[in-house]
Amino acid sequence: MSDALVQIRDITKHYSRGKQKVEVLHGLSIDIPKGDFVALMGPSGSGKTTLLNLIGGLDQPSGGAITIDGKRIDKLSSGDLARWRAGNVGFVFQFYNLLPVLTAERNVELPLLLTKMSGAERLKRANVALEIVGLKDRARHKPRELSGGQEQRVAIARALVSDPTLLVCDEPTGDLDRKTADEILTLLQRLNREHGKTIVMVTHDPKAAEYAKRTLQLDKGSLLDSGAVSDASHA
Amino acid sequence: MGYLRFIWAGMWRKKSRAFLTILSLICAFLLFGLLQALSVLFTAGADFAGTSRLISQSRVSFTDSLPIRLLPEIEQIAGVKDVNHDQWFGGVLGENTQMFTFASDPARLRRVYPEWVMTDAEWKAFENTRTGAIVGRLLADKYGWKVGDKLPLKSNIFPQKDGSMAWSFDIVGIFDGKDATWQAQTQSVYINWAYFDEANQFGRGTAGVYAIVLDDPDRANEVAQAIDARFQNSPNETKTQSEKDFNKGFFAQIGDIGLIVNLILIAVFFTILILTGNTMAQAVRERIPELAVLKTLGFSNGTVTALVLAESVFLCFLGGLIGMVLASIMIGGMAQAVPFFAAVRTDGTVWTRALLAMLGLALAVGLPPALRAGRIRIVDALAGR
Repeated sequence: MSDALVQIRDITKHYSRGKQKVEVLHGLSIDIPKGDFVALMGPSGSGKTTLLNLIGGLDQPSGGAITIDGKRIDKLSSGDLARWRAGNVGFVFQFYNLLPVLTAERNVELPLLLTKMSGAERLKRANVALEIVGLKDRARHKPRELSGGQEQRVAIARALVSDPTLLVCDEPTGDLDRKTADEILTLLQRLNREHGKTIVMVTHDPKAAEYAKRTLQLDKGSLLDSGAVSDASHA
Repeated sequence: MGYLRFIWAGMWRKKSRAFLTILSLICAFLLFGLLQALSVLFTAGADFAGTSRLISQSRVSFTDSLPIRLLPEIEQIAGVKDVNHDQWFGGVLGENTQMFTFASDPARLRRVYPEWVMTDAEWKAFENTRTGAIVGRLLADKYGWKVGDKLPLKSNIFPQKDGSMAWSFDIVGIFDGKDATWQAQTQSVYINWAYFDEANQFGRGTAGVYAIVLDDPDRANEVAQAIDARFQNSPNETKTQSEKDFNKGFFAQIGDIGLIVNLILIAVFFTILILTGNTMAQAVRERIPELAVLKTLGFSNGTVTALVLAESVFLCFLGGLIGMVLASIMIGGMAQAVPFFAAVRTDGTVWTRALLAMLGLALAVGLPPALRAGRIRIVDALAGR
């Protein structure tokens, strides 16, 4: 048995559109070792986000098996999957998806509401996460008072706060300018290298993919090739 | 930040909308508190009446007087223990302050209404003073009346022999109620019937209603039928009923208060239901991506449902409680300012009904969007589908 953190075997995923069945993923098998930083690339409709959703436990495959850190998540009920996500995966979205009514630190604290931590402990951890992403001084600011890059850093802090082994990022720089995107990607790279986070990132941007250790190309629901560990250009 | 703070923050997402919705809830529950309290007054007016008394009035209407000669005939009927007679005087104090004033026989009033408590000396003085009047404690306190004061009243029905509507009485006693409930009713004036009967320009020897004490309250129906049968086919047919039914009928003369109150409340709550329901539905609709994010972070369907429902409960209880507190304050003020409202209060019954209404409203407006929130599919919501 492989010791990969993420082990995907022959997964398929189809959607029903009326009477028509549309297959999005066709028997994919991938291994992602612990500590890897993988960029998923491919044209629109290739199944990147669908694959990311399956790895993150946001959706269930139609067939095949997904094992993360030794646990078959494709067999979990909706409630168990929610509990699993809370403890094992951090999510970063293209549009940050912060709650506008909460300050940065309260947004970061959100996932910890599901734990038994005290309020003081939760806040402490939220501030540590904000410090890691370099935004401790903006803890009391609401999302509308932050720039796009800062919002994405808060979102990354929220993804980190419960200390998951796996970070899944869906176009994390898709809404940012080049300079800010580079800052965010550098941050992700640091989290991967210094904090040992395993990162799976969907991107359209080849420059963003360069920050990953390797790139997986998808097309029409199938894996084209698995890229080698990237060069050290962004090291 | 605990869940409560999170729910609170969510509720104020759109401040002006939340403020207006809470304001409308405050108005609805202010109205609810006021109307429910008034409704309790009218119900209490019927309930406090003893069941051992009957009231006999003219079959035509209680505004149509009966001759006083019926008194000995009623006293003769088997099962009748004692009888008093009251004549509505139509008293007005000053320019336009209505006084519940009745012309009554002092000795009979004392026997038939033992709920009114005065000293023997005061009762004696009432019997022996032709222009004597006794006033309820609440009225006396309100107007600062004391024994020995003159009480100038106008009658809007009965002129004196000289045509003047202005009457003058001497306060000879101030009566209390036998308990708190009756004390709250000490807002009437009794004048001596003998003097009134002699001095008024209209027909003499009349009584508005007869109040009848029974030997055995269980025979009330039988005695009432016997009284009405006694005067059947006479020029003065009677309608005899329990005091409680009479009071209910009296209030029915000015409208079915209960029905009016209920209709107003139904209209108010229907409007609030639509308004608050729309607020909640809109709040959830525009927040679907945020709710999907919560689920992504690991919040279960049940937790998301509970969070949305809790927001609705917060909203309804915040507006409802403020409205009810305002109603209580206003009613307290009314009760102090106007003796008629002394018995009105937002008591435990009114508060219980209000809390149930808040909960019912919160569930009605919160449950549909909450269930919808619980059913959101993360991938669809995040993709904007």
